[in-house]
Amino acid sequence: MTATTADERLARVGLLRRLLIRPELGAVVGAVVVFTFFATQSAVFRSPEGIANWLDPAATLGIMAVAIALLMIGGEFDLSAGVLTGTTGLILVTLATRYGLNVWLAMLVSLVVALGVGLLNGLIVTRTRLPSFIVTLGTFLMLQGVNLGVTKALTGTVQVSGLRRAEGFEAARTVFAGTIQIGGTSFRVAILWWLLVTALATWVLMRSRVGNWIFAVGGSEPAARAVGVPAARTKIALFMTTAVAAWLVGSIMALRYTSVQANIGIGQEFIYIIAAVIGGCLLTGGYGSAIGAAIGAVIFGMADKGIVFLGWDADWFKFFLGAMLLLATLANRLVRRYAEEVKH
Amino acid sequence: MILETRGIGKSFGSVLALREVSMGVAAGQVTCVLGDNGAGKSTLIKILAGVHQHDSGTLLVDGAEVRLSSPRDALDRGIATVYQDLAMIPLMSVWRNFFLGSEPRKGLAFDVRTARRVAGDELRAMGIDIRDVDQPVGTLSGGERQSVAIARAVYFGARVLILDEPTSALGVKQAGVVLRYIARARDRGLGVVFITHNPHHAYPVGDRFLLLNRGTSLGEYAKADITREKLTSLMAGDAELEELAHELERE
Ligand SMILES: Nc1ncnc2c1ncn2[C@@H]1O[C@H](COP(=O)(O)OP(=O)(O)OP(=O)(O)O)[C@@H](O)[C@H]1O
Ligand SMILES: [Mg+2]
Repeated sequence: MTATTADERLARVGLLRRLLIRPELGAVVGAVVVFTFFATQSAVFRSPEGIANWLDPAATLGIMAVAIALLMIGGEFDLSAGVLTGTTGLILVTLATRYGLNVWLAMLVSLVVALGVGLLNGLIVTRTRLPSFIVTLGTFLMLQGVNLGVTKALTGTVQVSGLRRAEGFEAARTVFAGTIQIGGTSFRVAILWWLLVTALATWVLMRSRVGNWIFAVGGSEPAARAVGVPAARTKIALFMTTAVAAWLVGSIMALRYTSVQANIGIGQEFIYIIAAVIGGCLLTGGYGSAIGAAIGAVIFGMADKGIVFLGWDADWFKFFLGAMLLLATLANRLVRRYAEEVKH
Repeated sequence: MILETRGIGKSFGSVLALREVSMGVAAGQVTCVLGDNGAGKSTLIKILAGVHQHDSGTLLVDGAEVRLSSPRDALDRGIATVYQDLAMIPLMSVWRNFFLGSEPRKGLAFDVRTARRVAGDELRAMGIDIRDVDQPVGTLSGGERQSVAIARAVYFGARVLILDEPTSALGVKQAGVVLRYIARARDRGLGVVFITHNPHHAYPVGDRFLLLNRGTSLGEYAKADITREKLTSLMAGDAELEELAHELERE
């Protein structure tokens, strides 16, 4: 075949179609639309203070959404991730206030616990081949019970507090829950963590061998195994990564508010999944993007705060959430059709 | 002979899937395995690929008797198999699939640039005309996917390439494309085992022909010893063909 025929066929694929199969496209368009909508109606929303305000929920949600996106690309779900943010926060505050541990040491212990939960989720899913939806639903309920049960037994209430007085608090707070000044506006340091996590996840996905394996185990596990990809290890590592993200967010929240409610994080697990799906992840695995999930989280942050800025009832947020999810899944289905279209 | 079987046999419980089959594959030659449905073609190549272990007879690699314990074992001896349901991920790009499981490294990173370039070069060297190595494998045609799988096996150092009915689901043109890559792999010095039930696909590329019928060998022929017509009639059975001709005449 000559080069001219190849070029001709390439042109037929078209730049537009190539752009359309980028997983982030839907999220980018959505973010622009949502930003324009709120920015034109609310001056506060588009001010630097407003931006700092809605970037904050986007950041804490985004850290989780990015981790969940990696896991979903690898073909699995984790419903226990939301509650685990509560578990890690509770461990941190309890150890630092009731057992006199240094805040850093308490964080280390809660990190080890989180890694243990991630490992357990991963081992059960890969060994039994049960759907991760069911396995992590079990972990979710167990952790929910432990969070409430242990907190009540220790404190007689449903929250632990007083982290401010613990040793090492100030330093840890600066690193995880401080603020930074940019042009006279103070931004939460969580935003930096979120950017860091997104950049790291994107590098792993696009530029590392493990990234290739993540796409492969989510796309077709038997095929991945057949060419020597360590499928089980890849999946276990993804569950543990999600757990570390939950630990990071749990610690940020605990250090920010200095107290943790025992029921925190419940219901968040679906928000993470929704953000990842809006960001272009397929529910069936094998496709998606970390940047997309981060942008999905931005859409949430904007809607969450934007609705408040406009003085609307917060109930509309739920409606918005559902509408975004439906639109995103429809867009993703088209993408998949195109990408999987087999010509004979 | 790189790979050889002598009177090899395999049974599944009471089913004798394969009995007393002898065949060989030499470097730079194509051995075709022909037979009707259920003749034992897949069983034979699964023994060669390390998926099944034989119960009788001997299997030789480079003249030494072996038992292949697993597909990995076979791969390590340079025996690569491309199955009908190829080990490829439809949503991943051609170059990511090409290197899946054996990604080139650059420091800690996956050397994406080298992978993309080498995949493109290798496919071109095999004469495979892929529009764009970034396109998802799922958007390739059946023949193109077979070709990519063949090129991958060649690149990763296969000495024997086993292809299980690579042309059966393809149209005339696509089958021709795959046959051309089989010839090219042969020209690069690989031994090829080509399974098919279509003598018209086998005859042009084959150097030797093994005919299987109900688990037994009808003989292994060199190309010089057999004509296309003889091959076709052996496949269908002479008597059956004549009967069929009569039947069709009457209609
Ligand atoms: N795992 C197995 N257990 C029991 N019987 C088997 C097994 N694998 C194959 N057989 C039997 O062995 C015989 C040969 O099967 P084989 O798959 O090798 O045929 P084939 O020549 O590849 O046919 P086709 O052209 O349909 O692919 C068949 O009768 C089949 O039912
Ligand atoms: Mg078969």
